[in-house]
Amino acid sequence: MSVQATQATFVPRLGARRAIGSAFHLFCVLMLLLAVAALGILLVRVVMDGWAWLSMQFLTSFPSILNPESGGIKHALHGTIWLIVLTGVVSVPLGIGAAVYLQEYASSNRLTRFIQLNIANLAGVPSIVYGILGLAVFVRSLALGRSVIAGALTMSLLILPVIIIASKEALAAVPNSIRLAAYALGATRWQVVRHHVLPAAAPGIMTGIILALSRAIGEAAPLIMLGALNYVPFVPTGLTSPFSALPIQIFSWTGLPQPEFHHLAAAAIIVLLAVLLTMNAVAIGIRMYQQKDRL
Amino acid sequence: MIETLRRWKERGIHVWLLACALVSIATTAGIIWVLASESVKFFVHVSPFEFYFGTRWAPLMEPRHFGVIPLIGGTFLVAAGALIVSLPVGLASAIYLSEYASPRLRNLLKPILEILAGIPTVVYGYFAVTFITPHVLRPLFPNVEIFNAASAAIVVGIMIIPTISSLCDDAFRAVPRSLREAGYALSATKLEVSTRIVLPAAMSGVVAAVLLGLARAVGETMAVTLAAGMTPNLTLNPFVSVQTLTAYMVQVSQGDTPAGTIEYQTIFAVGMTLFLITLAINLVAQRVLARFREVYE
Repeated sequence: MSVQATQATFVPRLGARRAIGSAFHLFCVLMLLLAVAALGILLVRVVMDGWAWLSMQFLTSFPSILNPESGGIKHALHGTIWLIVLTGVVSVPLGIGAAVYLQEYASSNRLTRFIQLNIANLAGVPSIVYGILGLAVFVRSLALGRSVIAGALTMSLLILPVIIIASKEALAAVPNSIRLAAYALGATRWQVVRHHVLPAAAPGIMTGIILALSRAIGEAAPLIMLGALNYVPFVPTGLTSPFSALPIQIFSWTGLPQPEFHHLAAAAIIVLLAVLLTMNAVAIGIRMYQQKDRL
Repeated sequence: MIETLRRWKERGIHVWLLACALVSIATTAGIIWVLASESVKFFVHVSPFEFYFGTRWAPLMEPRHFGVIPLIGGTFLVAAGALIVSLPVGLASAIYLSEYASPRLRNLLKPILEILAGIPTVVYGYFAVTFITPHVLRPLFPNVEIFNAASAAIVVGIMIIPTISSLCDDAFRAVPRSLREAGYALSATKLEVSTRIVLPAAMSGVVAAVLLGLARAVGETMAVTLAAGMTPNLTLNPFVSVQTLTAYMVQVSQGDTPAGTIEYQTIFAVGMTLFLITLAINLVAQRVLARFREVYE
Protein backbone atom coordinates (compact mmCIF):
# COMPACT_ATOMS: atom_id res chain seq x y z
CA MET A 1 0.00 0.00 0.00
CA SER A 2 2.77 2.37 0.93
CA VAL A 3 4.49 1.49 -2.33
CA GLN A 4 1.41 2.55 -4.20
CA ALA A 5 1.26 5.75 -2.22
CA THR A 6 4.83 6.71 -3.08
CA GLN A 7 4.27 5.82 -6.70
CA ALA A 8 1.23 7.99 -6.77
CA THR A 9 2.90 11.01 -5.17
CA PHE A 10 6.32 10.86 -6.84
CA VAL A 11 6.77 13.71 -9.27
CA PRO A 12 10.29 13.99 -10.68
CA ARG A 13 10.26 17.81 -11.07
CA LEU A 14 13.62 17.39 -12.75
CA GLY A 15 13.63 20.89 -14.17
CA ALA A 16 13.14 22.56 -10.80
CA ARG A 17 15.68 20.29 -9.12
CA ARG A 18 18.28 21.03 -11.75
CA ALA A 19 17.64 24.74 -11.34
CA ILE A 20 18.14 24.49 -7.58
CA GLY A 21 21.26 22.43 -8.28
CA SER A 22 22.70 25.13 -10.52
CA ALA A 23 21.93 27.76 -7.89
CA PHE A 24 23.80 25.67 -5.33
CA HIS A 25 26.73 25.28 -7.72
CA LEU A 26 26.82 29.05 -8.08
CA PHE A 27 26.61 29.47 -4.30
CA CYS A 28 29.62 27.19 -3.77
CA VAL A 29 31.65 29.04 -6.39
CA LEU A 30 30.73 32.37 -4.78
CA MET A 31 31.75 31.15 -1.31
CA LEU A 32 35.09 29.95 -2.61
CA LEU A 33 35.62 33.21 -4.47
CA LEU A 34 34.77 35.08 -1.26
CA ALA A 35 37.61 33.29 0.54
CA VAL A 36 40.02 33.98 -2.31
CA ALA A 37 38.84 37.61 -2.43
CA ALA A 38 39.49 37.99 1.31
CA LEU A 39 43.06 36.87 0.71
CA GLY A 40 43.39 39.23 -2.24
CA ILE A 41 41.99 42.25 -0.38
CA LEU A 42 44.24 41.56 2.60
CA LEU A 43 47.37 41.42 0.46
CA VAL A 44 46.44 44.44 -1.65
CA ARG A 45 45.63 46.52 1.46
CA VAL A 46 48.93 45.66 3.09
CA VAL A 47 50.94 46.48 -0.01
CA MET A 48 49.02 49.74 -0.57
CA ASP A 49 49.55 50.83 3.04
CA GLY A 50 53.18 49.90 3.34
CA TRP A 51 54.87 49.95 -0.04
CA ALA A 52 55.85 53.63 0.06
CA TRP A 53 57.49 53.17 3.47
CA LEU A 54 59.74 50.33 2.38
CA SER A 55 63.31 51.38 1.87
CA MET A 56 66.83 50.32 2.66
CA GLN A 57 66.71 52.71 5.58
CA PHE A 58 63.61 50.92 6.89
CA LEU A 59 65.53 47.66 7.01
CA THR A 60 68.64 49.09 8.60
CA SER A 61 67.46 51.51 11.29
CA PHE A 62 65.90 51.18 14.70
CA PRO A 63 62.31 52.21 15.43
CA SER A 64 61.75 55.74 16.62
CA ILE A 65 58.79 56.88 18.66
CA LEU A 66 59.40 60.61 18.15
CA ASN A 67 60.10 60.39 14.48
CA PRO A 68 58.14 57.47 13.03
CA GLU A 69 59.09 58.17 9.40
CA SER A 70 62.76 57.47 10.00
CA GLY A 71 62.10 54.34 12.06
CA GLY A 72 62.90 50.84 10.91
CA ILE A 73 63.02 47.18 11.77
CA LYS A 74 66.74 46.45 12.12
CA HIS A 75 66.39 45.06 15.65
CA ALA A 76 63.30 43.00 14.74
CA LEU A 77 64.86 41.57 11.59
CA HIS A 78 68.02 40.57 13.44
CA GLY A 79 65.97 39.17 16.31
CA THR A 80 63.88 37.06 13.94
CA ILE A 81 66.99 35.69 12.20
CA TRP A 82 68.60 34.78 15.54
CA LEU A 83 65.39 33.23 16.75
CA ILE A 84 64.80 31.11 13.66
CA VAL A 85 68.35 29.84 13.35
CA LEU A 86 68.42 28.82 17.01
CA THR A 87 64.94 27.29 16.79
CA GLY A 88 66.05 25.27 13.77
CA VAL A 89 69.22 24.10 15.52
CA VAL A 90 67.23 22.86 18.52
CA SER A 91 64.05 21.54 16.92
CA VAL A 92 65.26 19.87 13.72
CA PRO A 93 67.49 17.15 15.27
CA LEU A 94 64.96 16.51 18.04
CA GLY A 95 62.04 16.34 15.63
CA ILE A 96 63.74 14.05 13.12
CA GLY A 97 65.04 11.87 15.98
CA ALA A 98 61.58 11.49 17.43
CA ALA A 99 60.08 10.73 14.01
CA VAL A 100 62.77 8.13 13.24
CA TYR A 101 62.15 6.51 16.62
CA LEU A 102 58.39 6.35 16.15
CA GLN A 103 58.49 5.20 12.53
CA GLU A 104 61.58 2.98 12.35
CA TYR A 105 62.42 1.78 15.86
CA ALA A 106 59.37 1.68 18.09
CA SER A 107 57.40 -1.50 18.38
CA SER A 108 53.67 -1.05 18.53
CA ASN A 109 53.25 -1.02 22.30
CA ARG A 110 51.51 1.14 24.86
CA LEU A 111 54.34 3.67 25.21
CA THR A 112 54.44 4.23 21.44
CA ARG A 113 50.71 4.74 21.22
CA PHE A 114 50.86 7.10 24.18
CA ILE A 115 53.62 9.18 22.57
CA GLN A 116 51.69 9.39 19.30
CA LEU A 117 48.47 10.42 21.00
CA ASN A 118 50.42 12.94 23.03
CA ILE A 119 52.00 14.49 19.93
CA ALA A 120 48.59 14.76 18.26
CA ASN A 121 47.26 16.58 21.31
CA LEU A 122 50.29 18.87 21.59
CA ALA A 123 49.67 19.99 18.01
CA GLY A 124 46.31 21.34 19.18
CA VAL A 125 47.57 23.27 22.21
CA PRO A 126 47.26 27.04 21.64
CA SER A 127 50.61 28.72 21.04
CA ILE A 128 50.15 31.10 23.97
CA VAL A 129 50.15 28.11 26.35
CA TYR A 130 53.66 27.26 25.15
CA GLY A 131 54.51 30.83 26.05
CA ILE A 132 53.36 30.20 29.62
CA LEU A 133 55.51 27.07 29.75
CA GLY A 134 58.50 29.03 28.44
CA LEU A 135 57.90 31.83 30.92
CA ALA A 136 57.83 29.48 33.91
CA VAL A 137 60.56 27.05 32.80
CA PHE A 138 63.06 28.89 30.61
CA VAL A 139 62.69 32.51 31.73
CA ARG A 140 62.20 31.94 35.47
CA SER A 141 63.31 28.44 36.59
CA LEU A 142 66.35 28.13 34.32
CA ALA A 143 66.94 31.87 34.78
CA LEU A 144 67.60 32.49 31.09
CA GLY A 145 65.68 35.75 31.35
CA ARG A 146 63.88 37.29 28.39
CA SER A 147 66.63 36.12 26.10
CA VAL A 148 66.73 34.97 22.51
CA ILE A 149 67.64 31.43 23.64
CA ALA A 150 64.58 31.28 25.91
CA GLY A 151 62.48 32.37 22.93
CA ALA A 152 64.09 29.80 20.64
CA LEU A 153 63.59 26.95 23.12
CA THR A 154 59.92 27.89 23.53
CA MET A 155 59.44 28.08 19.76
CA SER A 156 61.17 24.71 19.37
CA LEU A 157 58.68 23.02 21.67
CA LEU A 158 55.86 24.72 19.76
CA ILE A 159 56.92 23.47 16.32
CA LEU A 160 58.22 20.03 17.36
CA PRO A 161 54.86 18.31 16.82
CA VAL A 162 54.66 19.80 13.31
CA ILE A 163 58.15 18.57 12.42
CA ILE A 164 57.56 15.13 13.94
CA ILE A 165 54.25 14.59 12.15
CA ALA A 166 55.62 15.72 8.76
CA SER A 167 58.85 13.72 9.10
CA LYS A 168 56.94 10.62 10.16
CA GLU A 169 54.78 10.85 7.06
CA ALA A 170 57.85 11.26 4.87
CA LEU A 171 59.52 8.22 6.48
CA ALA A 172 56.35 6.15 6.15
CA ALA A 173 56.27 6.90 2.42
CA VAL A 174 59.68 5.26 1.86
CA PRO A 175 59.03 1.85 0.26
CA ASN A 176 59.81 -1.07 2.53
CA SER A 177 61.80 -2.81 -0.21
CA ILE A 178 64.60 -0.28 0.34
CA ARG A 179 64.87 -1.28 4.00
CA LEU A 180 64.71 -4.99 3.25
CA ALA A 181 67.40 -4.73 0.57
CA ALA A 182 69.78 -3.02 2.99
CA TYR A 183 69.08 -5.50 5.78
CA ALA A 184 69.71 -8.34 3.33
CA LEU A 185 73.22 -6.97 2.83
CA GLY A 186 73.85 -7.13 6.56
CA ALA A 187 73.33 -3.47 7.47
CA THR A 188 72.40 -2.64 11.05
CA ARG A 189 69.19 -0.81 11.80
CA TRP A 190 70.94 2.54 12.16
CA GLN A 191 72.87 2.00 8.91
CA VAL A 192 69.59 1.29 7.14
CA VAL A 193 68.05 4.45 8.54
CA ARG A 194 71.09 6.68 8.10
CA HIS A 195 72.14 5.64 4.58
CA HIS A 196 68.91 4.55 2.93
CA VAL A 197 65.68 5.62 4.63
CA LEU A 198 66.63 9.18 5.66
CA PRO A 199 68.06 10.18 2.24
CA ALA A 200 64.95 8.82 0.54
CA ALA A 201 62.71 10.75 2.92
CA ALA A 202 64.85 13.92 2.93
CA PRO A 203 62.71 16.04 0.54
CA GLY A 204 59.55 15.37 2.53
CA ILE A 205 61.30 16.08 5.81
CA MET A 206 62.78 19.31 4.42
CA THR A 207 59.34 20.49 3.32
CA GLY A 208 57.97 19.80 6.80
CA ILE A 209 60.84 21.66 8.46
CA ILE A 210 60.42 24.71 6.24
CA LEU A 211 56.69 24.86 6.91
CA ALA A 212 57.27 24.47 10.66
CA LEU A 213 59.93 27.21 10.71
CA SER A 214 57.67 29.53 8.74
CA ARG A 215 55.08 29.03 11.43
CA ALA A 216 57.67 30.00 14.04
CA ILE A 217 58.60 33.15 12.10
CA GLY A 218 55.03 34.41 12.17
CA GLU A 219 54.23 33.52 15.79
CA ALA A 220 54.15 36.34 18.30
CA ALA A 221 51.97 35.08 21.15
CA PRO A 222 54.51 32.83 22.92
CA LEU A 223 57.21 35.49 22.66
CA ILE A 224 54.92 38.09 24.17
CA MET A 225 54.27 35.76 27.12
CA LEU A 226 58.03 35.61 27.65
CA GLY A 227 58.02 39.39 27.97
CA ALA A 228 59.54 40.16 24.58
CA LEU A 229 57.12 43.01 23.99
CA ASN A 230 59.37 45.45 25.80
CA TYR A 231 61.13 47.89 23.54
CA VAL A 232 64.58 46.52 22.72
CA PRO A 233 66.50 49.06 20.68
CA PHE A 234 69.48 46.88 19.79
CA VAL A 235 70.34 43.68 17.94
CA PRO A 236 71.12 40.46 19.82
CA THR A 237 74.83 39.81 20.33
CA GLY A 238 74.67 36.44 22.07
CA LEU A 239 72.39 33.69 23.28
CA THR A 240 71.30 35.58 26.37
CA SER A 241 70.63 38.96 24.72
CA PRO A 242 67.14 40.35 24.95
CA PHE A 243 65.47 40.47 21.55
CA SER A 244 62.54 41.59 19.49
CA ALA A 245 61.05 39.94 16.41
CA LEU A 246 59.11 41.04 13.32
CA PRO A 247 55.63 39.92 14.44
CA ILE A 248 56.15 41.58 17.82
CA GLN A 249 57.12 44.87 16.20
CA ILE A 250 54.10 44.61 13.90
CA PHE A 251 51.89 44.02 16.93
CA SER A 252 53.23 47.05 18.80
CA TRP A 253 52.92 49.36 15.81
CA THR A 254 49.40 48.16 14.97
CA GLY A 255 48.34 48.75 18.57
CA LEU A 256 49.28 52.44 18.40
CA PRO A 257 46.51 54.81 17.30
CA GLN A 258 48.53 57.09 14.95
CA PRO A 259 48.26 56.20 11.24
CA GLU A 260 52.03 56.65 10.68
CA PHE A 261 52.65 53.60 12.80
CA HIS A 262 50.09 51.62 10.81
CA HIS A 263 52.09 52.35 7.66
CA LEU A 264 55.24 51.14 9.40
CA ALA A 265 53.36 48.00 10.49
CA ALA A 266 52.26 47.43 6.89
CA ALA A 267 55.82 47.82 5.63
CA ALA A 268 57.03 45.33 8.24
CA ILE A 269 54.23 42.93 7.21
CA ILE A 270 55.46 43.14 3.60
CA VAL A 271 58.94 42.14 4.77
CA LEU A 272 57.53 39.30 6.90
CA LEU A 273 55.32 37.99 4.08
CA ALA A 274 58.23 38.22 1.62
CA VAL A 275 60.35 36.03 3.91
CA LEU A 276 57.50 33.53 4.30
CA LEU A 277 56.80 33.51 0.56
CA THR A 278 60.46 32.79 -0.19
CA MET A 279 60.52 29.91 2.28
CA ASN A 280 57.32 28.43 0.89
CA ALA A 281 58.61 28.78 -2.66
CA VAL A 282 61.65 26.74 -1.62
CA ALA A 283 59.38 24.10 -0.07
CA ILE A 284 57.28 23.90 -3.24
CA GLY A 285 60.47 23.73 -5.30
CA ILE A 286 61.70 20.78 -3.26
CA ARG A 287 58.37 19.01 -3.68
CA MET A 288 58.40 19.50 -7.46
CA TYR A 289 62.01 18.35 -7.71
CA GLN A 290 61.09 15.26 -5.75
CA GLN A 291 58.13 14.47 -7.99
CA LYS A 292 60.27 14.84 -11.09
CA ASP A 293 62.85 12.54 -9.55
CA ARG A 294 60.28 9.82 -8.98
CA LEU A 295 58.99 9.77 -12.55
CA MET B 1 85.26 -6.91 19.37
CA ILE B 2 84.06 -4.75 16.51
CA GLU B 3 80.78 -6.61 16.73
CA THR B 4 80.34 -5.62 20.41
CA LEU B 5 81.29 -2.01 19.71
CA ARG B 6 78.75 -1.92 16.92
CA ARG B 7 76.06 -3.34 19.13
CA TRP B 8 76.76 -0.70 21.78
CA LYS B 9 76.60 2.04 19.19
CA GLU B 10 73.27 0.72 17.97
CA ARG B 11 71.95 0.63 21.53
CA GLY B 12 73.17 4.16 22.19
CA ILE B 13 71.45 5.47 19.07
CA HIS B 14 68.25 3.67 20.01
CA VAL B 15 68.26 5.29 23.45
CA TRP B 16 69.02 8.73 21.98
CA LEU B 17 66.14 8.48 19.52
CA LEU B 18 63.80 7.35 22.28
CA ALA B 19 64.91 10.37 24.31
CA CYS B 20 63.95 12.64 21.37
CA ALA B 21 60.50 11.08 21.30
CA LEU B 22 60.13 11.49 25.04
CA VAL B 23 60.66 15.27 24.75
CA SER B 24 57.03 15.50 23.66
CA ILE B 25 55.91 13.71 26.83
CA ALA B 26 58.11 16.02 28.88
CA THR B 27 56.51 19.02 27.15
CA THR B 28 53.01 17.88 28.05
CA ALA B 29 54.07 17.05 31.59
CA GLY B 30 55.75 20.46 31.84
CA ILE B 31 52.66 22.32 30.62
CA ILE B 32 50.39 20.50 33.05
CA TRP B 33 52.83 20.88 35.95
CA VAL B 34 53.42 24.60 35.39
CA LEU B 35 49.73 25.40 34.94
CA ALA B 36 48.62 23.27 37.88
CA SER B 37 51.27 24.32 40.41
CA GLU B 38 50.86 28.06 39.81
CA SER B 39 47.07 27.78 39.64
CA VAL B 40 47.05 26.07 43.02
CA LYS B 41 48.88 29.08 44.48
CA PHE B 42 46.27 31.32 42.87
CA PHE B 43 43.38 29.32 44.26
CA VAL B 44 44.77 29.73 47.77
CA HIS B 45 43.91 33.44 47.48
CA VAL B 46 40.82 33.22 45.32
CA SER B 47 38.26 30.48 45.72
CA PRO B 48 37.66 28.38 42.58
CA PHE B 49 33.98 29.13 43.06
CA GLU B 50 34.57 32.88 42.72
CA PHE B 51 36.88 32.30 39.77
CA TYR B 52 34.63 30.03 37.71
CA PHE B 53 31.25 31.53 38.58
CA GLY B 54 32.05 35.19 39.17
CA THR B 55 30.79 37.54 36.49
CA ARG B 56 33.19 40.43 37.06
CA TRP B 57 36.81 40.39 35.93
CA ALA B 58 38.97 43.23 37.29
CA PRO B 59 42.17 41.66 38.64
CA LEU B 60 44.53 44.57 37.99
CA MET B 61 42.81 47.35 39.94
CA GLU B 62 41.08 47.81 43.28
CA PRO B 63 38.52 46.61 44.15
CA ARG B 64 39.62 43.36 42.60
CA HIS B 65 37.24 40.85 41.08
CA PHE B 66 38.33 37.46 39.84
CA GLY B 67 35.32 36.10 37.96
CA VAL B 68 36.54 34.55 34.71
CA ILE B 69 33.08 34.27 33.11
CA PRO B 70 33.43 37.55 31.13
CA LEU B 71 36.69 36.30 29.57
CA ILE B 72 35.14 32.94 28.66
CA GLY B 73 32.09 34.78 27.30
CA GLY B 74 34.31 37.04 25.18
CA THR B 75 36.28 34.05 23.93
CA PHE B 76 33.18 32.17 22.84
CA LEU B 77 31.51 35.25 21.38
CA VAL B 78 34.48 35.66 19.04
CA ALA B 79 34.81 31.92 18.38
CA ALA B 80 31.11 31.49 17.62
CA GLY B 81 31.22 34.49 15.29
CA ALA B 82 34.25 33.00 13.59
CA LEU B 83 32.35 29.76 12.98
CA ILE B 84 29.39 31.67 11.55
CA VAL B 85 31.81 33.22 9.04
CA SER B 86 33.95 30.17 8.28
CA LEU B 87 31.42 27.34 8.32
CA PRO B 88 29.38 28.30 5.23
CA VAL B 89 32.46 29.41 3.32
CA GLY B 90 34.60 26.43 4.36
CA LEU B 91 31.90 23.82 3.82
CA ALA B 92 30.73 25.22 0.46
CA SER B 93 34.36 25.48 -0.70
CA ALA B 94 35.00 21.89 0.31
CA ILE B 95 31.88 20.66 -1.50
CA TYR B 96 32.92 22.62 -4.57
CA LEU B 97 36.50 21.31 -4.46
CA SER B 98 35.58 17.67 -3.98
CA GLU B 99 32.34 17.40 -5.99
CA TYR B 100 32.36 20.07 -8.67
CA ALA B 101 35.86 21.25 -9.50
CA SER B 102 37.99 19.56 -12.14
CA PRO B 103 41.26 18.09 -10.81
CA ARG B 104 43.18 20.94 -12.43
CA LEU B 105 41.08 23.66 -10.85
CA ARG B 106 41.26 21.85 -7.52
CA ASN B 107 45.05 21.71 -7.61
CA LEU B 108 45.06 25.44 -8.28
CA LEU B 109 42.48 26.50 -5.69
CA LYS B 110 43.42 24.32 -2.73
CA PRO B 111 46.91 25.79 -2.26
CA ILE B 112 45.47 29.31 -2.60
CA LEU B 113 43.03 28.59 0.24
CA GLU B 114 45.85 27.17 2.31
CA ILE B 115 47.81 30.42 2.02
CA LEU B 116 45.12 31.83 4.33
CA ALA B 117 46.30 29.45 7.04
CA GLY B 118 49.95 30.40 6.50
CA ILE B 119 49.53 34.13 7.02
CA PRO B 120 50.72 35.12 10.52
CA THR B 121 47.84 35.90 12.85
CA VAL B 122 49.23 39.33 13.73
CA VAL B 123 48.67 40.26 10.07
CA TYR B 124 44.99 39.40 10.46
CA GLY B 125 44.97 41.67 13.50
CA TYR B 126 46.33 44.50 11.35
CA PHE B 127 43.69 43.74 8.71
CA ALA B 128 40.90 43.87 11.30
CA VAL B 129 42.04 47.16 12.83
CA THR B 130 42.87 49.03 9.62
CA PHE B 131 40.32 47.59 7.20
CA ILE B 132 37.46 45.47 8.60
CA THR B 133 36.41 47.88 11.37
CA PRO B 134 36.80 51.26 9.61
CA HIS B 135 35.92 50.26 6.04
CA VAL B 136 33.51 47.32 6.36
CA LEU B 137 31.74 47.54 9.72
CA ARG B 138 31.63 51.31 10.25
CA PRO B 139 29.73 52.11 7.03
CA LEU B 140 27.16 49.41 7.84
CA PHE B 141 26.84 49.93 11.60
CA PRO B 142 27.87 53.49 12.52
CA ASN B 143 27.94 52.94 16.29
CA VAL B 144 30.47 50.10 16.25
CA GLU B 145 33.36 50.65 18.68
CA ILE B 146 36.99 50.95 17.52
CA PHE B 147 37.73 47.61 19.15
CA ASN B 148 34.91 45.12 18.70
CA ALA B 149 34.19 41.41 18.77
CA ALA B 150 32.73 41.39 15.25
CA SER B 151 35.96 42.40 13.49
CA ALA B 152 37.88 39.80 15.52
CA ALA B 153 35.31 37.14 14.63
CA ILE B 154 35.51 38.01 10.92
CA VAL B 155 39.31 37.76 10.69
CA VAL B 156 39.49 34.64 12.86
CA GLY B 157 36.76 33.17 10.65
CA ILE B 158 38.85 33.92 7.56
CA MET B 159 41.92 32.29 9.06
CA ILE B 160 40.12 29.05 9.95
CA ILE B 161 38.43 28.66 6.55
CA PRO B 162 41.31 26.44 5.32
CA THR B 163 41.19 24.28 8.48
CA ILE B 164 37.53 23.56 7.83
CA SER B 165 37.65 23.32 4.03
CA SER B 166 40.72 21.08 3.94
CA LEU B 167 39.48 18.61 6.54
CA CYS B 168 35.96 18.52 5.05
CA ASP B 169 37.41 18.04 1.57
CA ASP B 170 39.45 15.08 2.84
CA ALA B 171 36.34 13.62 4.48
CA PHE B 172 34.27 14.02 1.29
CA ARG B 173 36.94 12.41 -0.83
CA ALA B 174 37.06 9.41 1.49
CA VAL B 175 33.44 8.65 0.57
CA PRO B 176 33.55 5.91 -2.06
CA ARG B 177 32.55 6.68 -5.60
CA SER B 178 30.05 3.83 -5.66
CA LEU B 179 27.76 5.68 -3.24
CA ARG B 180 27.68 8.69 -5.56
CA GLU B 181 27.13 6.51 -8.62
CA ALA B 182 24.19 4.85 -6.87
CA GLY B 183 22.66 8.27 -6.30
CA TYR B 184 23.17 9.35 -9.90
CA ALA B 185 21.67 6.04 -11.08
CA LEU B 186 18.45 7.08 -9.31
CA SER B 187 18.64 10.35 -11.26
CA ALA B 188 19.62 12.47 -8.27
CA THR B 189 21.13 15.83 -9.16
CA LYS B 190 24.64 16.79 -8.10
CA LEU B 191 23.22 18.91 -5.27
CA GLU B 192 21.22 15.95 -3.96
CA VAL B 193 24.18 13.60 -4.17
CA SER B 194 26.40 16.13 -2.42
CA THR B 195 24.07 17.06 0.42
CA ARG B 196 22.09 13.85 0.96
CA ILE B 197 24.68 11.16 0.26
CA VAL B 198 28.21 12.56 0.53
CA LEU B 199 27.61 14.99 3.40
CA PRO B 200 25.87 12.48 5.72
CA ALA B 201 28.45 9.81 4.89
CA ALA B 202 31.28 12.22 5.78
CA MET B 203 29.50 13.77 8.77
CA SER B 204 32.04 12.61 11.36
CA GLY B 205 34.83 14.32 9.40
CA VAL B 206 32.78 17.51 9.05
CA VAL B 207 32.00 17.65 12.78
CA ALA B 208 35.65 17.03 13.64
CA ALA B 209 36.72 19.77 11.22
CA VAL B 210 34.33 22.24 12.83
CA LEU B 211 35.58 21.31 16.32
CA LEU B 212 39.22 21.71 15.32
CA GLY B 213 38.38 25.09 13.77
CA LEU B 214 36.64 26.05 17.01
CA ALA B 215 39.67 25.02 19.08
CA ARG B 216 41.88 27.19 16.90
CA ALA B 217 39.52 30.13 17.25
CA VAL B 218 39.43 29.76 21.04
CA GLY B 219 43.24 29.69 21.28
CA GLU B 220 43.81 32.51 18.78
CA THR B 221 45.72 35.36 20.36
CA MET B 222 47.28 38.14 18.31
CA ALA B 223 44.42 39.00 15.94
CA VAL B 224 41.88 38.82 18.74
CA THR B 225 43.92 41.03 21.07
CA LEU B 226 44.38 43.69 18.42
CA ALA B 227 40.82 43.60 17.08
CA ALA B 228 38.62 42.94 20.12
CA GLY B 229 40.50 45.03 22.63
CA MET B 230 41.00 44.69 26.35
CA THR B 231 37.64 45.37 28.00
CA PRO B 232 36.27 42.40 29.94
CA ASN B 233 32.64 42.45 28.94
CA LEU B 234 29.95 39.84 29.42
CA THR B 235 27.78 40.58 26.41
CA LEU B 236 26.32 39.15 23.25
CA ASN B 237 26.69 42.45 21.42
CA PRO B 238 29.38 41.94 18.75
CA PHE B 239 29.92 45.66 18.22
CA VAL B 240 31.53 46.42 21.57
CA SER B 241 34.96 45.55 22.84
CA VAL B 242 35.41 42.26 24.68
CA GLN B 243 38.44 40.60 26.20
CA THR B 244 39.24 36.97 25.52
CA LEU B 245 41.23 34.59 27.73
CA THR B 246 44.23 34.96 25.43
CA ALA B 247 43.99 38.75 25.21
CA TYR B 248 44.05 38.97 29.00
CA MET B 249 47.29 36.98 29.11
CA VAL B 250 48.83 39.36 26.56
CA GLN B 251 47.67 42.36 28.59
CA VAL B 252 49.39 41.11 31.76
CA SER B 253 52.59 40.24 29.88
CA GLN B 254 52.79 43.75 28.46
CA GLY B 255 53.41 45.11 31.91
CA ASP B 256 56.28 43.99 34.07
CA THR B 257 54.60 41.62 36.51
CA PRO B 258 56.88 40.22 39.22
CA ALA B 259 56.67 36.49 39.89
CA GLY B 260 54.70 35.54 42.99
CA THR B 261 52.15 38.36 42.81
CA ILE B 262 48.52 37.53 42.31
CA GLU B 263 48.52 39.25 38.89
CA TYR B 264 51.28 36.88 37.80
CA GLN B 265 49.33 33.88 39.08
CA THR B 266 46.17 34.90 37.21
CA ILE B 267 48.04 34.21 33.95
CA PHE B 268 48.37 30.58 34.96
CA ALA B 269 44.80 30.20 36.19
CA VAL B 270 43.48 31.75 32.97
CA GLY B 271 46.01 29.72 30.94
CA MET B 272 44.84 26.52 32.56
CA THR B 273 41.23 27.38 31.78
CA LEU B 274 42.16 27.95 28.13
CA PHE B 275 44.23 24.76 28.03
CA LEU B 276 41.39 22.66 29.45
CA ILE B 277 38.82 24.14 27.04
CA THR B 278 40.94 23.50 23.93
CA LEU B 279 41.98 20.06 25.19
CA ALA B 280 38.34 19.10 25.73
CA ILE B 281 37.37 20.29 22.23
CA ASN B 282 40.29 18.42 20.66
CA LEU B 283 39.53 15.21 22.55
CA VAL B 284 35.87 15.34 21.52
CA ALA B 285 36.98 15.87 17.90
CA GLN B 286 39.25 12.81 18.07
CA ARG B 287 36.44 10.81 19.66
CA VAL B 288 34.00 11.81 16.93
CA LEU B 289 36.49 10.77 14.27
CA ALA B 290 37.29 7.44 15.89
CA ARG B 291 33.78 6.53 16.93
CA PHE B 292 31.44 7.67 14.24
CA ARG B 293 33.63 7.18 11.24
CA GLU B 294 31.94 5.16 8.53
CA VAL B 295 34.51 2.68 7.32
CA TYR B 296 34.27 1.83 3.63
CA GLU B 297 36.17 -0.88 1.89
